[in-house]
Amino acid sequence: MPANRFNGHSDYGIGIGLRVPHYAHILSKKPVVDWFEIISENFMVDGGRPLELLDRILEQYRVVQHGVSMYFGSADKPDRTHLRRLKALVKRTKTPWVSDHLCWGSVDGAYTHDLLPMPYTFAAARRTAEKIRQIRDTLEVPICVENVSSYAEFHVSEMTEWEFLTEVVELADCGILLDVNNIYVSSKNHDFNPYDYVNNVPHHRVGQMHVAGHTKFEKYILDTHDHPVLDPVWKLYAHATRLCGVTATLLEWDDKIPSFDEVHDEALKANEFIDGAKKAAV
Amino acid sequence: MKSPPKHAPSRIASTEDLRTFQRMMASALVRPLTSDDKLQPRWIDGRPMDEVASEFIKPNDRLTSFERLQLYSRMYWFRLYDAIRDDCPGLVAALGERTFMRLSQAYLARYPSSSFTLRDLCSRLGQFILEKPRLTAPRTALAAEIARFQWAQTVAFDGESRPVIAASQFARTRPSRLRLGLQPYVTLLALRYPVDTYVLALKRRDALRSEASNTPDAVAAVHRKSRRTALPRPRRTWVAVHRHNNRLFYKRLDPAAFRILESLARGLTLSRAIAAAGPRVRPAQVRDWFTSWMALGWFCAPGNKRRRAAS
Repeated sequence: MPANRFNGHSDYGIGIGLRVPHYAHILSKKPVVDWFEIISENFMVDGGRPLELLDRILEQYRVVQHGVSMYFGSADKPDRTHLRRLKALVKRTKTPWVSDHLCWGSVDGAYTHDLLPMPYTFAAARRTAEKIRQIRDTLEVPICVENVSSYAEFHVSEMTEWEFLTEVVELADCGILLDVNNIYVSSKNHDFNPYDYVNNVPHHRVGQMHVAGHTKFEKYILDTHDHPVLDPVWKLYAHATRLCGVTATLLEWDDKIPSFDEVHDEALKANEFIDGAKKAAV
Repeated sequence: MKSPPKHAPSRIASTEDLRTFQRMMASALVRPLTSDDKLQPRWIDGRPMDEVASEFIKPNDRLTSFERLQLYSRMYWFRLYDAIRDDCPGLVAALGERTFMRLSQAYLARYPSSSFTLRDLCSRLGQFILEKPRLTAPRTALAAEIARFQWAQTVAFDGESRPVIAASQFARTRPSRLRLGLQPYVTLLALRYPVDTYVLALKRRDALRSEASNTPDAVAAVHRKSRRTALPRPRRTWVAVHRHNNRLFYKRLDPAAFRILESLARGLTLSRAIAAAGPRVRPAQVRDWFTSWMALGWFCAPGNKRRRAAS
C-alpha cells in the first residue's frame, strides 16, 4: 500500500540508512535521495554534534525514525525517559511514522541491547499490542512494527511467527515494517517457507519494507547487514511488493559500510522489482 | 535484574508469565561466558545447562537448544565488549586485551546496562574500577582516570547545552551574591596522570594506523611503534573536557583556575569561588581566565548542585 494510515499517508520511495561514514559525503555533495532512515537512539541526546548534524540533514532531506530499543514485547512497562526523548525527537524530525521491532530485550530494567525473539503466545501478543497502543498514544504518530530475524524458537509458542505478527498488529491496530531479509534469515534458521510468511500477513498494514544482506554460516544464517542484498531476498521483496503494493523501502547496511554511492546504488536496485510488480499489476 | 526462576514457565498465559520467561532467558544469556567464549556448562542451581536450555528453547536438526542460547549469549557479550572498547580505547591500550576483557566482564556482571542506549554503558566504569582494584592492579589509579576521562568525552560530545549567561548579566549582580552554573557538557577532572595527552597520543597512533592501512610494511611498523606507546607517568593534571562549536576539546587548567570552576560548580558565589583560588592568584590572571571561559560559553544559570568535579 503506497500510502496508508500506517505510514502517515506518505509516498516515500527508496531510502537508505543515515550512517556516520557517509555524513561528509551527504553534507558536501547533497546527493538526491528519497529519504533517510535514522536510528532514533543515536539522536535521543541532549545536544552536541549529533543534533547539529541531524538538523542539517533535516534541512535537505526527509527523515524517518527507526528505533532499536523500545522493546514492544518486553513485559516491563515502557521506559518513561525513553518515551520522553523519543517524543522530542519525533517533534524535531516530523517523521511521518516511527518503527521499532517486534521483540523484547529488557527485563526488570536491565537491557540486553539485542532484538530477542518473542514467545508466540496469545498472552504475549495482548501485552505487546497494549504497549504499542500506549506508546502510539504518547508519541501521537503512526507506528510500524518490524519482524526480527531470529536464531531460537520456544516450546511455549502457540502459533507461527507470522500469525503472531498478525495478532499483534490487529490488536494494536498498527502498521508493519516488513523486513524481507529477516523473513528469509528466519525461514532458513527455522525451516519454514518464507513465501508462506509473506502471503499470510495483512498486506494492507504494511507501511514500509526493509531489505538487507546477511551471512551464511554452516549451521545458521546471521542477519549481518554487511553485504549487498542476496538474490533470494530480492525475489521475496518482489513477491511482497506484488502483494502489498509499492511501499517505502529501505536498504540497511550497517557494517563494513562501503561508499555512499555503492550503498545507494544497491538500494535503487529495488526499482527493478518495483517496476516488475507494477507491470504485473497492469 | 531479579533472581532468575528455577524453570522457565511451561506456558505463557499472563504478563507475569511473560516476565518470568524473559527473566529466565535474559539471566541465561548475560551469564559470563567461559574462557573459550561458551555458555557455562552448569546453571546456577548446578543442573547441566543443556538441560536448562532445552526446557524452553527448541533444538533443530543443526543446533541444540544449548547452542541456540549460546548464539544469543555470545552476541550479547561481544556487542557490549565492543561498545566499551569503542568508548574507552585508552583502557584497552593501558591494560592490554586480557585485563580489559576481564574488567569488562566483571563490570557488566556488576552493572548490567540499565539504559535504553549503549551511550550510557560506561557511566559507572571509573567508579567500578576503584571498587574492584584487583582487576586492574597495578594500574588501577590510571585505569580509573582513563575511564572517567573517556566518560567525560561522551558527556562533552552530546551532553546538554544551556543558554549562556551574558557578560551584562554578570554586571547586574554583586560577586558576593552571583552564582554561576557550568554547562552540563563540561567536566572538570583533577587527575594524578596526564590522561589527556595519553589519549591524544593514542588517537594519533590510530590515525597513523588507518592512514597506512594499505601498505603492509607501514602497518607493521606502526604496530611495532604503537606497542611502545608509553604509559603516562604520574603528574598532577587539571583539565576540563568540553566542546566548542560541537567539537571535542580538553583544556588544561591552572590548579587555582580549577578550584574556582569547581567552587562555582558546587554552587558557591563568585566571590567565594575566587577566594578558593588562594591568595597568590593575581586579579589580572582571574580576569583572563574568566574572559576565556566566557568566550567558550561555559557559564549558564546554576542548575542542580550535582558535583561536577572530582579529584
